[in-house]
Amino acid sequence: MTTKKPKLEAAGGELLTPRQLLTRAAATAGAGIVWIALFLVLPMLILFGYSFLTRDELGNAVFPLTIDNYVRFAGWDVLGYDAAYLIIVGRTIVVSLVTTFFCVLIAYPLAFFIAAHKPQVRDRLMIFVIVPSWVNLVIRTYAWMIMFNPSSPLTQLAASLGIVKPNEGLYPSDFAVYLGMVNVFLPFIVLPLYSAVERIDWSQLEAAQDLYATKTQAFFQVLVPQTLPGLTAGIILTAIPALGMFVVPDLLGGAKVALIGNSIAQQFGSSRDYPFGAAISFLVMGLTLLVLWLYARRVGEKGMRDLL
Amino acid sequence: MFWIFFLGGMTILFLAWHFGLRRSQVRKASLPLSITSFFAFVFLYAPILVVAVMSFNNSRFRLDWVGFTTKWYAKIFGDESVTGGLEGAQLLAATQNTLVLAIISTAIATVIGSLLGYGLHRYRFPGSKLVAWLMYIPVVTPDIVMAISLLLLYQVLRNILPFFEPGMPSMIIAHVTFQIAFVAIVVRSRLATLDPALEEAARDLYASPLETVRQVVLPLALPGVMAGALLAFTLSIDDFVISFFTSGPESQTLPILIYASVKRGITPDINALSTIIVLLTMIGVFLSQILQRNQKD
Repeated sequence: MTTKKPKLEAAGGELLTPRQLLTRAAATAGAGIVWIALFLVLPMLILFGYSFLTRDELGNAVFPLTIDNYVRFAGWDVLGYDAAYLIIVGRTIVVSLVTTFFCVLIAYPLAFFIAAHKPQVRDRLMIFVIVPSWVNLVIRTYAWMIMFNPSSPLTQLAASLGIVKPNEGLYPSDFAVYLGMVNVFLPFIVLPLYSAVERIDWSQLEAAQDLYATKTQAFFQVLVPQTLPGLTAGIILTAIPALGMFVVPDLLGGAKVALIGNSIAQQFGSSRDYPFGAAISFLVMGLTLLVLWLYARRVGEKGMRDLL
Repeated sequence: MFWIFFLGGMTILFLAWHFGLRRSQVRKASLPLSITSFFAFVFLYAPILVVAVMSFNNSRFRLDWVGFTTKWYAKIFGDESVTGGLEGAQLLAATQNTLVLAIISTAIATVIGSLLGYGLHRYRFPGSKLVAWLMYIPVVTPDIVMAISLLLLYQVLRNILPFFEPGMPSMIIAHVTFQIAFVAIVVRSRLATLDPALEEAARDLYASPLETVRQVVLPLALPGVMAGALLAFTLSIDDFVISFFTSGPESQTLPILIYASVKRGITPDINALSTIIVLLTMIGVFLSQILQRNQKD
């Protein structure tokens, strides 16, 4: 007669009962899981809840529950229809996509250039790419304000070419916002792209060339497919954070280029309309989670390591 | 006008790709590729260089070059006679806050995050996949959304616990939250590169689970833990958005101070301060590189 034995699982060179396994897991990952639940998941749920509250005369968030915030976001206000927020959303998406596009354009040659060096030199060049991203975002953005002010050499050059009017700066403008954004996000796209380029199987390129592929064909049909995992990770790391960027448009865009990030900041600053701000934030967060979920489903757990 | 600029740039870049790869010497950068990359580096470093140059500019209000001076550095290091710019006491307090915040949050996040990374690497348990996925949220989510959701959490919790008033504790919690994710991911991917046989061998030789972790896993994972901690520290020092929305009147950090003075109008000592921060960051990076290289040898 045999007694019923619990199913054993192997982990780290030993066999554990399910119960032992849970105890071990709790002892190691437990604190982190509790922290994530309390300060990452719970805040997201609260954000969702807040977006259905009402703002009273004093600016406090109160009951009753309502979907007014989302209705207002879509453009229906007490004063009639005004698509102001949808226009901001559209503009933000355009800025995010254009930024990502130029980041990709610059990152591709850079990644190939770095990968063409000896291993030690490669590491050093990669550090040179990353170091600027460790310099404070506010400082880097402010530097463009110096470069683009009306009396700077760069602006005067632009003025003599007739690109800007005399005594006007290159900022605030769309151009300044794009430049600032590309500057901020470039390292985040070079990083995953480079690690994909480093893993390229170059013999496939030689094979393609032996089969008389043109340079363009070889590039798009042999090299680009191999860099796709890194490219996807880089695009996610740029396009999604760019959606919420508020420092760059705030400093370089002036009042002209308001993006979603500025609208959110405004609701939690001067406007003091937390429920409405929560509604906008939740839409951005929902989109982020959706993209991340789709990405995880596509590349699996291992593939997600391309992100970091 | 904008599009002309960028269409031009695009063409150059396309040429750089196109001729970047040679038939016989595939792994050698061609000239256009090198030139494009050179300009990409110039573009990346231009803001940093400009700030460094302007920190020696002898002008209180103007953004153009007036003359050479080192007085802004003197002012930061306590020379009271220099007029213009920020108050010394404010600067000192902000520097202290930034460091206290970064050190405490990095310490907490490194311990919790490394354990989380180890737990997720070693054990499959119900929900482990979900946790592994959740860790990527702080990596991808726009800062401002995380900042706002924490701000709202604090507002709810404040009704029960006064501990969650905006200030240093609330900022530390906010920073630890995103740092844990980065540390755990870095540690986990380091552990994934290790040979599982090493741990199994230790257990076969009658090492207890704790001894195995202390004498086998930890030394092997240490570069990952260090890299995670360094990343967490720089993320904390650099963070502006999350600090901005969770800070109180007494807990201004340097990025917040810099943002406030940039908004108010340009204050010249910000350039000197930024240059010092950039230099310290770079020194930190290169020191950690040297440390890593010595470890490899």
